[in-house]
Amino acid sequence: MIELSDYLMLGGVLFAISVAGIFINRKNLIVLLMCIELMLLAVNTNFIAFSHFLGDMSGQIFVFFILTVAAAEAAIGLAILVVLFRNRRTIDVEDLDALKG
Amino acid sequence: MTFDYAHLLPIVPEIAVLVLASILLLVDLWLKDEDKGTNHLIAVFGLLVVIGLTGVVGGGEREIVLSGSYIRDPMSDVLKIAVLVVSLLSFVYSRDYLRDRGLWVGEFYVLTLCAVLGMMVMISANSFLTLYLGLELLALSLYALVAFERDNPSGAEAAMKYFVLGALGSGLLLYGLSMLYGASGSLELGAVARAVAWQGADNQVLVFGLVFVVIGIGFKFGAVPFHMWVPDTYQGAPNPVVLFLGSAPKIAAFALAFRLLVDGLGQLHADWQGMLVILSVISLAVGNIVAIAQTNIKRMLAYSTISHVGFIFLGLLAGTTEGFAAAMFYAIVYALMAAGGFGLLVMMSRQGHEVERLEDLKGLNERDSWQAAMMALVMFSMAGVPPTVGFMAKLLVLDAVISIGLWWLALIAVFFSVIGAFYYLRVVKIIYFDKPEVIEPLVVGSGARVALSVTGLAILLLGLFPAALLTYCQAAFA
Repeated sequence: MIELSDYLMLGGVLFAISVAGIFINRKNLIVLLMCIELMLLAVNTNFIAFSHFLGDMSGQIFVFFILTVAAAEAAIGLAILVVLFRNRRTIDVEDLDALKG
Repeated sequence: MTFDYAHLLPIVPEIAVLVLASILLLVDLWLKDEDKGTNHLIAVFGLLVVIGLTGVVGGGEREIVLSGSYIRDPMSDVLKIAVLVVSLLSFVYSRDYLRDRGLWVGEFYVLTLCAVLGMMVMISANSFLTLYLGLELLALSLYALVAFERDNPSGAEAAMKYFVLGALGSGLLLYGLSMLYGASGSLELGAVARAVAWQGADNQVLVFGLVFVVIGIGFKFGAVPFHMWVPDTYQGAPNPVVLFLGSAPKIAAFALAFRLLVDGLGQLHADWQGMLVILSVISLAVGNIVAIAQTNIKRMLAYSTISHVGFIFLGLLAGTTEGFAAAMFYAIVYALMAAGGFGLLVMMSRQGHEVERLEDLKGLNERDSWQAAMMALVMFSMAGVPPTVGFMAKLLVLDAVISIGLWWLALIAVFFSVIGAFYYLRVVKIIYFDKPEVIEPLVVGSGARVALSVTGLAILLLGLFPAALLTYCQAAFA
């Protein structure tokens, strides 16, 4: 039998991987967008696990909304990426250094 | 279960904003380039109507509608009207800038109104779900607005940085919310509060979730150490977007913090108070000290925002009704001051010349003494010099902190405010005592001139008669 704690461990590990990916990744912005998606999926795992073990449907409803928002977020992220690429001809994280002070 | 149409009454203002955004989206399709001014008129007139509607619908006892996911209380009325007024001011300020740069398109107004709608939903949220949806509606609109000037490389970079860190902040907040949901078994804030009161601070899952929620709130406010996006976004985004981004969302962020930490997790006050103390002290320190080193005025104002966030947190962490009222007063007043400060930058920017260096303000007094006086008033207010309203706001927050016995915290706040006064007064010195690089007088539209005068006079009059706004703030938590 898979316990609630196992699901939470999975969610925690996925979340840690995605946060680590955002901070460690210095190469490619696309990978960064993937990390953001993974983070939301880790949260979804949490919500569904809690919802199932609490016997409460609202957590699963929340997941539908998170999935929708994640799609919108990916669309806006990729749109900004396209604008960035047209202006800069690069999507390297390290090349984003024009703004500092 | 039947649907009661009376439940729609408290959300009439939100529906009106949505209708307004949809109308603009449609009307814009049939407008020729030279008629784009119609967008502006519709948006401004529409917002005035929404302000009226909010006033009509508001007032009276709190009511919770839509199966407990939506709340209308005195606090939400005041905050919504503040958000709408500040957004209206930012529309008026931006008009000439957008027209001169060929940015006068319907998208600007539609995206801004979507952001306003998101803020209103956040302010009135009574469950994790509505709170999250409002927050994301605001954030997604703002990401797009920052990248609004498509041919500007720094705008795109700013948008990318804002997007990644904003999404990270939302993700952390959401992870915290999932933990709170697991520990309390409900998404509704009232039910969460009851579950927390029953379980207390012994539940490790609750405290674990609380940590993530506070980090998420820190990201949304731009508090140190989660402030990395603030200076870059302010510097890279077009001036009208910074004007909007730097003012109204601070009011919504206050609502976010209040709904989650007080409405939902008020019983864990002892736990989040410590976290907010740390955030506010380092925000005050980093914001005020780093701002001194800036030569770009938008970056300087970004660090000044960070230090003001420290003050808003001071009021929140007091945990008393007078503390909440003081923090709310501070958030509204700050939004007004930021609108004035950035509004002037928008007005001074001309075709092909973006005002962003401190030198661009040199000798403003010789070019336009009324605008110079208004800018000086805004700077004095941000520094907290009496009789401006910035002084009253700081005084109320410090009073709330001292009344719970944290006098050392008040001393730290005063210490860093004194340091911060240096860079505000430097702007005043540049305006009045430096020789201008450009002699020609400022050309400013009448709408923007009126808006700046209204902002300046409000800063002065609210400083002399703070009760005009303060009574509403105090009544919200009575």
